[in-house]
Amino acid sequence: MKFLDYAPAPESQALLDLKSDYGLFINGDFTAGRGTPFATINPATEQRIAMIATANEADVDAAVSAARHAYDGVWSRLSGSDRGKYLFRIARLVQERARELAVAETLDNGKPIKESRDVDIPLVAAWFFYYAGWADKLDHAGVGPNPASLGVAAQVIPWNFPLMMLAWKIAPALAAGNTVVLKPAETTSLTALLFAEILQQADLPAGVVNIITGDGRTGHTLVNHPGVNKVAFTGSTSVGRAIARSVAGTDKKLSLELGGKGANIVFDDAPIDQAVEGIVRGIFFNQGHVCCAGSRLLVQESIHDDVIDRLKRRMQTLRLGDPLDKNTDIGAINSAEQLARIRELSDRGQQEGAERWSADCEIPANGFWFAPTIFTNVATSHRIARDEIFGPVLSVLSFRTPAEAIAKANNTPYGLSAGIWSDKGSRILAVADKLRAGVIWANTFNQFDPSSPFGGYKESGYGREGGRHGLAAYLKPAVRSGARSISAAADHTTTPVSKKSAPAQKAAK
Amino acid sequence: MKRLAIPKTYKLYIGGKFPRSESGRVYEVLSHTGDFLANAAKGSRKDARDAVVAARGALGVWAGATAYNRGQVLYRIAELLEGRRAQFIAEIMSCEGVNAAGAGAQVDEAIDRWVWYAGWADKYVQVAGNANPVSGPFFNLSVPEPTGVVAIIAPQGDESLLGLVSAIAPAVVAGNTVVVVANENAPLSAISLAEVLATSDVPGGVINIVTGSPAEIAPWLASHADVNALDLVGAGDLDWVELQISAADTLKRVLPPESGADAAAPALSRILAFTELKTIWHTKAIL
Repeated sequence: MKFLDYAPAPESQALLDLKSDYGLFINGDFTAGRGTPFATINPATEQRIAMIATANEADVDAAVSAARHAYDGVWSRLSGSDRGKYLFRIARLVQERARELAVAETLDNGKPIKESRDVDIPLVAAWFFYYAGWADKLDHAGVGPNPASLGVAAQVIPWNFPLMMLAWKIAPALAAGNTVVLKPAETTSLTALLFAEILQQADLPAGVVNIITGDGRTGHTLVNHPGVNKVAFTGSTSVGRAIARSVAGTDKKLSLELGGKGANIVFDDAPIDQAVEGIVRGIFFNQGHVCCAGSRLLVQESIHDDVIDRLKRRMQTLRLGDPLDKNTDIGAINSAEQLARIRELSDRGQQEGAERWSADCEIPANGFWFAPTIFTNVATSHRIARDEIFGPVLSVLSFRTPAEAIAKANNTPYGLSAGIWSDKGSRILAVADKLRAGVIWANTFNQFDPSSPFGGYKESGYGREGGRHGLAAYLKPAVRSGARSISAAADHTTTPVSKKSAPAQKAAK
Repeated sequence: MKRLAIPKTYKLYIGGKFPRSESGRVYEVLSHTGDFLANAAKGSRKDARDAVVAARGALGVWAGATAYNRGQVLYRIAELLEGRRAQFIAEIMSCEGVNAAGAGAQVDEAIDRWVWYAGWADKYVQVAGNANPVSGPFFNLSVPEPTGVVAIIAPQGDESLLGLVSAIAPAVVAGNTVVVVANENAPLSAISLAEVLATSDVPGGVINIVTGSPAEIAPWLASHADVNALDLVGAGDLDWVELQISAADTLKRVLPPESGADAAAPALSRILAFTELKTIWHTKAIL
């Protein structure tokens, strides 16, 4: 330890009471999976935390049946206020067990404890609290009076914010009156299973939420199950495409929250030190495992060198290491597989001629780590400017005029997030108007709130999570008898042609 | 002596112009009794792609127009359609085999539909957007914006004009630009509508109309990477599941086929189907 260095300050694991094996949570109880169990490991140490069950087809079927039974028998008959009360209970239980959940999340995911403790878990509680209040106010959700729930929601979530993504999915689904089968990511199932225990403490009726674990095959079986009415997926664009194909022609309602390559635009009148903090927050928060990360920095040419100098200086102060240490800024990469991808794309960046610079930090002997890295001299055609890296790697491009910044920012098939740094409000508004992205942060980055809709344009997916719009994703208009007059046209109520039913509309003549 | 009439050449409507199909192909449009009415242009893959280019080119101007302006332009379409009511009634009667009263009712409803949607131009953002009370010093606003270029397979059943208008109007009122494949068997009112559009202050390229075979053209639009959304409202007779699968490659927003008297009924949700919600967080100073 050097002079003025930080002493280790690890968060205690003593409050965790983990089991050695976790089953599937189906119909209110834990049950053994019929697939082959797998180990979930701590990515910072590569040590096993617990064994996790794999749901095979029969297990998926059982979970969907349980959810259907609970939907028909209990949940769809419950009053909105009672559904809300269950969600309020869950929010409170999450708050009560927040520290335990934060430690488990950091252990299983590798993210710094300061993030799981101050961002992830508080947002989980906030999400349930927010949607709890919606449950008896669905008339105001924006889909007309007396909206109907959809039925059974199949939800598949990623590993970057495991419990937070669970909350984003489950809270609006239950508030709207649906029941749920959720599959967490293979490498981060732990907190979802602790959450199942919370549901037991909340005395949520059996089958309303079912949590099944496994790899991509389990998720594939779930979203393709004929018994589900809604599919909500957060993850890669390639898997999202496959899901969009597989639900084509069915009546399943689909929300997709996919990849991104967010532009973080810094104008020459921006408060530079604040912008540098925002750049760091944009790309190094959660090791860059963020779909809405500001992974492309667009800096106005006149301040490029100054911004890069200050950014490098700031990056030298980032502390990489034990995720449980309260002073850690950069935790572990979630898996060996992801680390390999980050390395491959970074190497490609170098090969294509961009200039690589990494913060000088000690890499622990075990676990998966990647030093915070920036690439300068990046061209828009480089793979590191086009592909989502999903790691602590920033690609820096420059621009001269606002028009050029907008063109470069929009030059991507993605459209999830963007940032604008400028002291000039009128410029921010004008640029924000032209950016093709679902979430735009002006002089801030990576802010989330349950009342604020989140989701992408273009190949970043469709549908929104959060806010009133996130609720509407789990509702449909009330069924009314057909009348096509304009006065009666409160909303869209025609019957879509289903692949399986209805002979198609007969062509004239 | 009876005057010899001047029949009209029915062409495509792309980028504000009336080109023939680049393929040189036409197909016969027959009356309900099987008599020859006209040779309509049989649009090709290339025509569809040209139409997408025109639609993309017009997007900036149309999406960037004020909502008030878009509303007035849509209302102007209704005005001009009203003025050419007799022509549309005659075409519909010959094509669809309905009487004057039936054709008149259809034209009236199509006119009223333009008016109804025109009124939404400066309201749907208010109804579908909102301010969000986030926990922090931010001014947070969500607003819907147009999705981009929308490809539409117009309803193929009876009421060719009303079906076409019902599909086009909600997409364009939000600021999208469209490429629409007209009713194959009854395309005349679509091309006559194009003449209305061309004189209604609708910027060229905002609405592009291709006549021909939906079965032939739709797959090229569904897989086109510069098309953002696909309205399959009239695709019920096609292999529309394949179209939807193809659209998934670029994650297009897709509306499924509809059938029955209620198909493409006027609805706010038809407008919102081709919008994207943008949420902007503006930092507030801490005083």
